[in-house]
Amino acid sequence: MNLIREKRKLAPGVYEFWIENNHIVKYAQPGQFVVMRLHEKAERIPITIAGKKDDSFRAVVRAVGKSTYELCMAKEGDSIMDIAGPLGRPSEIGFYGNVMLVGGGVGIATLLPIAEALKAQGNRLYVVLGGRSKEYVIMLEEFSKLADQIVITTDDGSFGIKGVVTDGMQMLFEREKIDIVWAVGPTIMMKFCSMKAKEHGVRIWVSLNPIMVDGTGMCGACRVTVNGKIRFACVDGPEFEGELVDWDELLKRLAQYRNEEEHSLKLFMERVGDLSWL
Amino acid sequence: MKPSPKKTPMREQEAKERIKNFFEVPFGYSEEEAVLEAGRCLQCPAKPCVSGCPVGIDIPGFIRKIRERNFPEAARILKLYNNLPAICGRVCPQETQCEAKCVVGKIPGSEPVAIGRLERFVADWEAEHSIQSQVEIAPAKHKKVAVVGSGPAGLTVAADLAKRGYEVHIFETLHKPGGVLVYGIPEFRLPKSIVEREVNYVKSLSVQIFLNMPVGRAIPVKDLLREYDAIFIGVGAGTPKFMGIEGTNLNGVYSANEFLTRVNLMKAYLFPEYDTPVRRGKKVIVVGGGNVAMDAARSALRLGAESVTVVYRRTEQEMPARREEYLHALEEGIKFYWLTQPIRYVGNEKGEVVGVECISMRLGEPDESGRRRPIPIEDSRFILEADTVIEAIGTEANRFLLSQFDGLKLNKYGYIIADENTCATSMRKVFAGGDIVTGAATVIEAMGAGKRAAEWIDRFLSGEYDPWK
Ligand SMILES: Cc1cc2nc3c(=O)[nH]c(=O)nc-3n(C[C@H](O)[C@H](O)[C@H](O)COP(=O)(O)OP(=O)(O)OC[C@H]3O[C@@H](n4cnc5c(N)ncnc54)[C@H](O)[C@@H]3O)c2cc1C
Ligand SMILES: Cc1cc2nc3c(=O)[nH]c(=O)nc-3n(C[C@H](O)[C@H](O)[C@H](O)COP(=O)(O)OP(=O)(O)OC[C@H]3O[C@@H](n4cnc5c(N)ncnc54)[C@H](O)[C@@H]3O)c2cc1C
Ligand code: SF4
Ligand code: SF4
Ligand code: FES
Repeated sequence: MNLIREKRKLAPGVYEFWIENNHIVKYAQPGQFVVMRLHEKAERIPITIAGKKDDSFRAVVRAVGKSTYELCMAKEGDSIMDIAGPLGRPSEIGFYGNVMLVGGGVGIATLLPIAEALKAQGNRLYVVLGGRSKEYVIMLEEFSKLADQIVITTDDGSFGIKGVVTDGMQMLFEREKIDIVWAVGPTIMMKFCSMKAKEHGVRIWVSLNPIMVDGTGMCGACRVTVNGKIRFACVDGPEFEGELVDWDELLKRLAQYRNEEEHSLKLFMERVGDLSWL
Repeated sequence: MKPSPKKTPMREQEAKERIKNFFEVPFGYSEEEAVLEAGRCLQCPAKPCVSGCPVGIDIPGFIRKIRERNFPEAARILKLYNNLPAICGRVCPQETQCEAKCVVGKIPGSEPVAIGRLERFVADWEAEHSIQSQVEIAPAKHKKVAVVGSGPAGLTVAADLAKRGYEVHIFETLHKPGGVLVYGIPEFRLPKSIVEREVNYVKSLSVQIFLNMPVGRAIPVKDLLREYDAIFIGVGAGTPKFMGIEGTNLNGVYSANEFLTRVNLMKAYLFPEYDTPVRRGKKVIVVGGGNVAMDAARSALRLGAESVTVVYRRTEQEMPARREEYLHALEEGIKFYWLTQPIRYVGNEKGEVVGVECISMRLGEPDESGRRRPIPIEDSRFILEADTVIEAIGTEANRFLLSQFDGLKLNKYGYIIADENTCATSMRKVFAGGDIVTGAATVIEAMGAGKRAAEWIDRFLSGEYDPWK
């Protein structure tokens, strides 16, 4: 169980893993995630299930701190100590008509199973993928197969349109009548996507990524304010309607352990040496 | 020699030392101390103490064996009734259970026999001498039982059914078995090595424990129903409640569950050796008056807080925490604000909590729990400074699994409706017990439910009795 069967670099600091786990493969639905613990002293980190084949599921991970650096350093043949899942409410897949899918960074990977399931329901897919520069726009090939139209945006203009994903959204909104939107990416991106969708009066689902501990509704670490109410993202989400989310509170909560995280990463770097190759 | 009217004292770590570490506070009895304490028991033929124990341990029986220095036999007797004696001896609220009924305690000026401490002594003695008392396992019955949740209820039902010859599989969503025993109750009150020891005992009975299995998601309920002859649900009351006052989502405001899970299960007190961080507040406020509040407060102190203050809306008389733990907290320098209710958390521009606005209360008429209801006093608001707040105001039913269990009847609070005696639920083959039925209660009550459930599951599966007919 939990054996890393395949590992591949998708972009600088971004890796794709195929991890053996029958239960997750058998029961995972689009939009769900797992909680992993790499070893006895590790923390529990949530990672989205970004696809499945045979007896393995896919995880796409970006190295941002100690735990994700450590995970990205794992090799094929290594095993992950604990993987609990699938967790979270699955996405509300159905027939909507014209669906806009917006992905940024590793959020693109989260979006893929949702896109596949929506396609299978007969929806037309209008896709916006964004990244810092060309090399960060991952999984383009897989999306190209599914999308009816696809718009790429990069911050530096090295690929597609120079701009951010909301620029891509604007283009598509002007061209097509969109019935519903899914946006997955960095919190700040999802905030602006929600504003953009609201501007056009279209419903939007976002996949929130607050700090979690257990992932089963037992601790309340992942609480977010949605429509003025406290919700636990791990059991009530992770997907919520973007217009209703208190984004500024979520952004502040994500910074909660900034000092500890920096300290932990610094100690780790001192121990393992140069990691620029990641 | 005339027996002492007081319990034989138990040696413990000095308060000024122990607030710097997470080691267990009391050291336990030596053989001599245990024999001395056992000598205080009158061996009453009517055994009133037994009626105070939710699992009905033969208390005078095991105490007599201690007196005779036959410790292995004392252990064997304990294990007949209680699969987890080292745990109960430490965390049972004895003062309201077995010891409350003890005849010696009814003599004016006299304390009851220290039943809990003796129970702990026997369990630890057995472990130290690595003698595993012989358990008889009945011949295989070729029937399978699934147990959801590995808290005290789940562990007990599993062990008892295994002894009766059933194949038992426990499913636990966390990465360690034990439920609240591993994620909630702190190391200094219940060392995790002891929970591990008791879990190993349960495993030694051939119970299989599958970790990282959120039942309802990792295994759909219909698959469980198909693959097992009976199911026991012991998922606890693990969902934290928040008062929901302004500022609840400020950084530094925790549920006790999150704070304690970080500290206990994830060992955040050893950060950065362990990866999970926890805020090490200087000025900590804990809201509530139960065991959970005491555990949170004492943990915060050990993480290096300069001051830890418990605010509770009633008074010392009404607080539900175990007396021993309250006294420990006082000794350690924790402050208490009685008749005080937080009404708002004050935050700074970074979204961090910096204070708690409170209002003073007075006690009115008794409410349905029989305790006098606290009523706010107008114009009595004041602000307490705080960089960390821990809400320990209770938990509710874990909705996670139940939302997947179509057809299972719940009460108005969301707990499972199950027969008090048989633990049978509204669904055929499904039994339930522990906090998910009673609401947050005690370890020993959860075990008591586990014991009853094991008995009735056995009767049900052997065709002797069908609770659904
Ligand atoms: C439901 C869910 C699904 C997720 N899926 C994926 C995924 O598929 N791939 C992936 O790479 N990451 C995913 N994440 C985010 C991932 O869990 C975090 O990046 C990881 O926990 C950070 O741990 P760390 O020790 O490496 O970094 P830390 O040291 O904890 O943090 C480093 C930096 O990352 C930020 N950060 C911390 N936690 C999160 C978080 N939960 N989300 C975003 N930023 C965070 C911090 O503010 C800090 O700036 C998901 C999160 C959630 C809640
Ligand atoms: C901090 C704290 C201190 C306490 N102190 C004391 C004390 O001193 N004395 C005392 O007697 N009592 C004390 N209690 C109460 C006592 O711990 C509980 O009453 C008891 O643990 C309940 O046992 P249980 O088996 O019903 O549930 P729990 O111990 O809650 O165990 C339930 C288990 O089920 C798991 N689970 C939940 N959902 C699923 C799912 N869908 N699939 C798989 N697994 C699942 C959970 O992860 C958990 O491990 C305390 C409680 C707390 C929180
Ligand atoms: S299990 Fe608890 S109530 Fe029963 S005898 Fe032991 S300490 Fe007393
Ligand atoms: S009531 Fe007290 S004295 Fe009597 S048998 Fe029980 S423990 Fe002993
Ligand atoms: S992560 Fe603990 S409740 Fe959501």
